[in-house]
Amino acid sequence: MNSLILSTATRLIVAILLMFSIFMLLRGHNQPGGGFIGGLIGATGFVLYAIASGTKEARAALRVAPQQMAMVGLGIAAVAGLASALFADPLFTGQWLFIGASGDDHGLPLSTVLMFDIGVYLVVMGGILTLVFALEEEI
Amino acid sequence: MAQNSDQSASFWTAASIVPPLIAAGLFAFFLSFLHPISAGESVRHAWEWIPSMGVELSFFIDGLSLTFALLISGIGVLVMLFSGKYMAGNPQHGRFSMYLVSFMLAMLGLVLSDNLLGLFVFWELTTITSFLLIGFNHDSKLSQRSAMQALLVTGTGGLAMLAGFLLIGSVSGTMELSELRGMGDILRDSPMYLPILLLVLAGAFTKSAQFPFHFWLPNAMAAPTPVSAYLHSATMVKGGVYLLARMHPNLSGTDVWLWTLVVFGAFTTVFASVLALKQNDLKQTLAYTTLMALGALVLFLAAPGGYAITAMATFLVVHSLYKAALFLMIGCVDHSTGTRDARRLGGLIRRMPITGVAGGLAALSMAGMYPFIGFIGKELLYKAGLESPASVLIVTGAIFLASALMFAVAGVVALKPFWGSAAHMPQLDRPIREAPIPMLAGPVILGVAGLFFGLNSHALQHAVTDPIVGAVLGDMEKAKDLHLWAGVNMALYLSLATFATGLVLYLFHKTLRERLIAAGERLMSFDAKWDSLLVAINAGAVKVTALIQPGILSRYLLVVFSTITLAIGGTILARGLDIGTPVLDGITYVHLIVFGLTVSGAFVAVITNSRIAAIAGLGVTGIGVALVFIQFGAPDVAITQILVEMLVVVLFSVAALKLPTLPQRLPFHNRGLHAIVAIGLGAVVTGVVIGITSVPLNMNLTEYFEKYSYPIAHGKNIVNVILVDFRAFDTFGEISVVAVAAISAYALLKQRKSGGTS
Amino acid sequence: METLLAITIGCLVAAGVYLMLARDMLRFLFGLTLISNAVNLAIFASGRITVGGVPPLVPEGEKYPVGDVANALPQALILTAIVIGFGLFAFSLVLAMRAYSELGTLDTDAMLLAESNDEGDKA
Repeated sequence: MNSLILSTATRLIVAILLMFSIFMLLRGHNQPGGGFIGGLIGATGFVLYAIASGTKEARAALRVAPQQMAMVGLGIAAVAGLASALFADPLFTGQWLFIGASGDDHGLPLSTVLMFDIGVYLVVMGGILTLVFALEEEI
Repeated sequence: MAQNSDQSASFWTAASIVPPLIAAGLFAFFLSFLHPISAGESVRHAWEWIPSMGVELSFFIDGLSLTFALLISGIGVLVMLFSGKYMAGNPQHGRFSMYLVSFMLAMLGLVLSDNLLGLFVFWELTTITSFLLIGFNHDSKLSQRSAMQALLVTGTGGLAMLAGFLLIGSVSGTMELSELRGMGDILRDSPMYLPILLLVLAGAFTKSAQFPFHFWLPNAMAAPTPVSAYLHSATMVKGGVYLLARMHPNLSGTDVWLWTLVVFGAFTTVFASVLALKQNDLKQTLAYTTLMALGALVLFLAAPGGYAITAMATFLVVHSLYKAALFLMIGCVDHSTGTRDARRLGGLIRRMPITGVAGGLAALSMAGMYPFIGFIGKELLYKAGLESPASVLIVTGAIFLASALMFAVAGVVALKPFWGSAAHMPQLDRPIREAPIPMLAGPVILGVAGLFFGLNSHALQHAVTDPIVGAVLGDMEKAKDLHLWAGVNMALYLSLATFATGLVLYLFHKTLRERLIAAGERLMSFDAKWDSLLVAINAGAVKVTALIQPGILSRYLLVVFSTITLAIGGTILARGLDIGTPVLDGITYVHLIVFGLTVSGAFVAVITNSRIAAIAGLGVTGIGVALVFIQFGAPDVAITQILVEMLVVVLFSVAALKLPTLPQRLPFHNRGLHAIVAIGLGAVVTGVVIGITSVPLNMNLTEYFEKYSYPIAHGKNIVNVILVDFRAFDTFGEISVVAVAAISAYALLKQRKSGGTS
Repeated sequence: METLLAITIGCLVAAGVYLMLARDMLRFLFGLTLISNAVNLAIFASGRITVGGVPPLVPEGEKYPVGDVANALPQALILTAIVIGFGLFAFSLVLAMRAYSELGTLDTDAMLLAESNDEGDKA
């Protein structure tokens, strides 16, 4: 699709969508959102980019191969699940670290649960982009 | 099968020596039980096998099982000695020895098992090992067919028997034979008695080759001779007899038991002895006499009397001794001369004197001559026949006919090859020599044993017949004495008449054989029927496959959807569905619009012939579903649904560039059926959903998640907490699926195309 | 309300089945999508629906959700089901494209013929 307006606007929109997807990912534990939704939004951004500028451009912009992204995500999720073994908990038990917590204020919560959600995010985004890019290149 | 062996090969190899040693060790072990068992005791050992199901690996030794165990291991020693030489030099000798020993162990397990399931397992093991042994010459078509036939016939019977055992277990509450012993009345009074009896008899009759399942046994002679001697005379086919004897306390005593066994036993015994006379191949002749013996054993297991069971026990031993001896004798002859054809063999007594004498001893026992144990056996058969509760005429008549024919057959098998004319002997390039010692041991020992037990019948009575009667009838006192000379009575007259008839039959056996062969052409051949049965089963399978697996996707789906519709819809119709009053409260126009949107999108997709319209319709439905989620408090799901729906539309649009337009509809008569199935399934699903929502829901899990989501898992979005924390392992599985689907699709697309279609 | 939702689900199933029974692969895929949606709705309905339902979130400053919230469990199930359903759909679509480029048709009956002809050629 050779529309100058679309491809120009898309660059901006993709950036916004990516930021929005990470926002949805991070807030997911307390508000609607999470890895699945974040990953889908992120994938939507690159799908749009691929339609506007072609898959070659989109692949270049993504920098990593989407199937690698999916596999790395799967690995991260697995590590997050296995990490609980270090604390002698059953597998996939969430481990939490509250930085600067005081009283009711939880401070900055870091957790293997978040790590797992990042894995989900990468798998969903990578998986969908693998499919869509390959499909579009067929045309 | 002389080609199996090399005359000069050494006997001193592991494959030759180890099996007889194992068998001898077992024989000695079982001998040590002889004293306590003959005093009326019994021994039981049990190990837990599947404790959760109450299945034990339990073994039980009483008079019946000990006799069988001694026969199996004792004849096993001689047969294995024989095969050590007979098979020596055969490259597959090791394999053969392993099969033979495995078979012996399986057979011992069968007769010693106390648990019915254990018995079944060993029963099937004997079937499998005998399959391997019969099919030992696996490159021969004949062996393949015979092995398969034996496996299918006895295997099918075994499955029927298992069903019978399970019924016994459910009626009586126990699977242990030792506990079942006293429960005969419970089984006989149960409404399941007849099915149990028929199923168990199916197992016993197939294994023991009773008419009409007799045809596999003569075919099984394709096996090497030691196998025939062992499996088909002394052991495997006696498995069915063992089963009947074992079940005698539990199942006998009814008219069904009595008459079924009498009719099948009597018919088999006469039928088989006539056919035995017809055979040219001596091994085949012996195979049919085995059938005759099995028929006689079954015939006498029918009756509850002391004479019948004593006769059965005596004849069991008699037959095992002479039959194994004769088979091994024929193996020796075959080994030395290379033929088993009754028409050609003759004059061997000068070349093979020991074989001839040993075979002669066994044949005299078989013919029932004085003073051999066979004589005592035959007298007892007559006495038992004369007091048969079924029909004296049928039983005695059958025994008379069979015995006379046995007399003639004994002459054909053991007399003529050694003493008859040598005019038709095949010319060999090597001299005919006496068989080597390991091969001679069997016929000699077994032949002499026939004479020994004839002269010392009280030893046999003490060791075998009394304990067997004790085991079967529960009272050793009912056993009858074994006498070589029982005085002048009806049985003696019958014996003399038998000899006279047998002599006449022997003198005219050549003419008779030719007549029988000519008549046999016109007789119905069960063997051929078996083949056509297999062909019919195969053809049926092909037809069924063609019907249910035509390879047409739409037909598969039609079958699947119709089945679901009929199964669930039928259940709903049969059971009724409590849908309560339709819940239609709180419906606002917003809901109506949302649901209307959802349905109308689907409707467009159904009716349109335009791809774009269909994709748009799907999009509308997807958005409609997302709106339903929003309406009822599921924002996460709704967002996901919208995003996915968008991607679906994009993918479809991209793919549409590459795919053809939608074809025209099928003709209406096809679509009519499709529409009926579709609407039917839709209605069924509606009913099911209404049914589900009208019963109370267990909210325990949801309440747990709501209660602990924040305090324990530190998350306020309960849906997300479930996904990434409470049920994270499930989610991990699901993202794996996503990754695998993506990689597979990628591989499918990037794979180099075969052919040049695009 | 449940009744209305059940009827909607039934309509989607009927439409999906009807499309899947057509001999055309593309219609089959349309039908698959509709049935996926119907099944998700059915799971949702089986978890009971709350009219004017509040999302299953813990409000700020509280430890537990307040009042009548929607059932969170089926939502979690459906959320993953939607994503997996998409994976299945995309894979089937790719399969259809691949089949079309290999066999030159999307008619399932004709595909059967094309495939057996192919085998015949190779043999």
